[in-house]
Amino acid sequence: MTGTEAPEALAVLDRDGLDALVAALVADGRTVVGPTVRDGAIVLAELASAAELPYGWGVELDAGRYRLVRREDGAAFAHSAGPQSWKSYLHPARERLWSADRTPEGDLSFTADEPEAPSYAFLGVRPCDLRAIAIQDGVLTGGRHTDGGYGKRRKRALLIAAECTEPGATCFCVSTGGGPAADAGYDLALTEVVDEGGHRFLVRVGSEEGARLLEQVPHRAADMVTDASARAAVDAARDRMGRALPPVDLRTLLGASLAAERWDDVASRCLTCGNCTMVCPTCFCTTTEEVTDLTGDHTERWQRWDSCFDLDFSYLHEGPVRSSGRARYRQWLTHKLSTWHDQFGTSGCVGCGRCIAWCPAGIDITEEVAALHAELETEKETER
Amino acid sequence: MTAVPVPYLVVDRRRETEESVTLRLEPVAEALDDFAPGQFAMVHCFGRGEIPLSVSSVQTTGGLAHTIRNVGAVSDGLCAARVGDLLGLRGPYGTSWELDRARGRDVLVVAGGIGLAPLRPLILSALAEPEAYGRVSVLVGARTPGDLIAREEIESWPTAYTRVMVDWPDKEWRGDVGVVTQLLGRAPFDPAGTWAFVCGPEPMIRATARELADRGVPKERIRVSLERNMRCATGHCGHCQLGPLLVCRDGPVAGWDVAEPLLSVREL
Ligand SMILES: Cc1cc2nc3c(=O)[nH]c(=O)nc-3n(C[C@H](O)[C@H](O)[C@H](O)COP(=O)(O)OP(=O)(O)OC[C@H]3O[C@@H](n4cnc5c(N)ncnc54)[C@H](O)[C@@H]3O)c2cc1C
Ligand code: SF4
Ligand code: FES
Repeated sequence: MTGTEAPEALAVLDRDGLDALVAALVADGRTVVGPTVRDGAIVLAELASAAELPYGWGVELDAGRYRLVRREDGAAFAHSAGPQSWKSYLHPARERLWSADRTPEGDLSFTADEPEAPSYAFLGVRPCDLRAIAIQDGVLTGGRHTDGGYGKRRKRALLIAAECTEPGATCFCVSTGGGPAADAGYDLALTEVVDEGGHRFLVRVGSEEGARLLEQVPHRAADMVTDASARAAVDAARDRMGRALPPVDLRTLLGASLAAERWDDVASRCLTCGNCTMVCPTCFCTTTEEVTDLTGDHTERWQRWDSCFDLDFSYLHEGPVRSSGRARYRQWLTHKLSTWHDQFGTSGCVGCGRCIAWCPAGIDITEEVAALHAELETEKETER
Repeated sequence: MTAVPVPYLVVDRRRETEESVTLRLEPVAEALDDFAPGQFAMVHCFGRGEIPLSVSSVQTTGGLAHTIRNVGAVSDGLCAARVGDLLGLRGPYGTSWELDRARGRDVLVVAGGIGLAPLRPLILSALAEPEAYGRVSVLVGARTPGDLIAREEIESWPTAYTRVMVDWPDKEWRGDVGVVTQLLGRAPFDPAGTWAFVCGPEPMIRATARELADRGVPKERIRVSLERNMRCATGHCGHCQLGPLLVCRDGPVAGWDVAEPLLSVREL
């Protein structure tokens, strides 16, 4: 590829090309992270080579259900979101923020923890997860204060998207304003095509860094057939969403539903385990803890993921502000779909469906929102 | 950049009540940016943790004071600090009282218990410029006389009207008995031309602000200080949410027009 070509130039990689791509990233000193099969799920892990991708695996999903299934076509990216998301790497579950030391003379010093950020290459980022990363960017680096650790890791990360051709039964990205196509925020975007023409990946370039990378690996210019089948597969995926949120203004709906009876209903099923917040790719909440060593003169401030389902989350002198399960589920859902707009200017939901698949009680966000919508409509009817 | 505390030296310590102290602090080297009354710092107690504390005094020298009530692990450690001890501070965080907006108007301050602490620098600013404001009134409520902070200082303020009220008097108490809202009918202020500044426990804020609004003070001019759990103060941890607000960022000081609908929902 030469500098004169448009950044949106199309290319095709075959499986060897993808191998070479991962090898080039590794040779560049990058930590390549992508999907791979482990313990009966498709997890995200550091990849030594593209051979570790979940070729030939798909997933069967439903509320509270996740199962790996074999695929005939050998596709690597024909599975939807697994239990983890990229926040595990960009916004890790535990992180030291700073430490403080006391000297015998009585001096006190504070030192920011600023380890060299790893230079990640994320391979196979779903369009929903691309949007989730953009949302966390806004929360953690878009305001008056910046989360320094996140900012550094994010800046150095290279994102290789994999467009969706096989949405899961729990997917509903289209109804959150997204879709199975990657439209922004990637360095390279792959669309996997498996047909008589072979197993290959249509590549779109989204940045100069992506263009440089592509240049390092064997590829060919895109042919019309590959381009057309890639587009067709993504278009078809758009119409095959497993689920949908009701097509109404969700921000207003949730804002008007604070007193809904449905919250009692869902609270009777919710275990307040917080799984939904852990698997959610946009949930960013953290808490801090103080860790002191045996000398007593060195103390460290650690940040770790927290969940709004935890009773201590809203603790204030006498007790938690949100003590009932009803209030905590309401907080989670209302924040996601409504107050997130007020706080950060976007919705906090990308429709990846993880919270549905990984809820031990099988609670389905789309069903809950539909019920809230129905309740509000009924209320309006009776008022009329 | 991740916010890291800056060392501050405890230069003075005064016991306020049985369970609260005021610490005056001076920066050891570099000072934080100036705090405005109403804003808060995250104060670190070595080995215990960090808590949000409003400034109860701000000096032009970069020095400041915190009045701390001992309610748990971190505040206990801070209350035990002695002159010469070092603490870590980050800030300033949050919104301020913005007393300037009340220029030319009556100023009504209503405080509950330790809620007087963050209002103290506001009262001093208003009294320092008597020509700039209308009548300045200070109404203070506390559970018992022993819970009153800055007792002598309150008496010395040249306000138009100052009253202290306690729920549970002791034998020596000669003042008023009852809840602070009962004083609202007695203080001299013109509701339509008043800015009110309210800080205290949430039920007290609710009762006071409702009554002020009923008496005709525009809701937007009833400024209340909100409190929620805070871990980061930088808008990143999610703990301080109150509906659409991140209290560390959009508060702690907010108008009653914004706060009322939020504080009216149980467990929001
Ligand atoms: C903006 C703001 C200003 C404040 N100003 C003052 C002040 O000027 N003087 C004063 O005495 N108090 C003030 N507080 C309250 C003070 O922050 C809490 O009393 C303190 O955090 C309690 O911590 P603790 O560890 O001593 O107590 P504990 O009750 O033992 O705390 C237990 C746990 O809950 C957490 N926790 C409890 N309450 C809060 C809270 N409000 N915010 C964050 N975490 C909390 C603690 O960090 C701790 O992990 C203010 C609170 C806010 C939000
Ligand atoms: S909705 Fe499901 S996953 Fe979320 S806290 Fe409740 S039981 Fe756990
Ligand atoms: S205290 Fe962390 S977001 Fe406000």
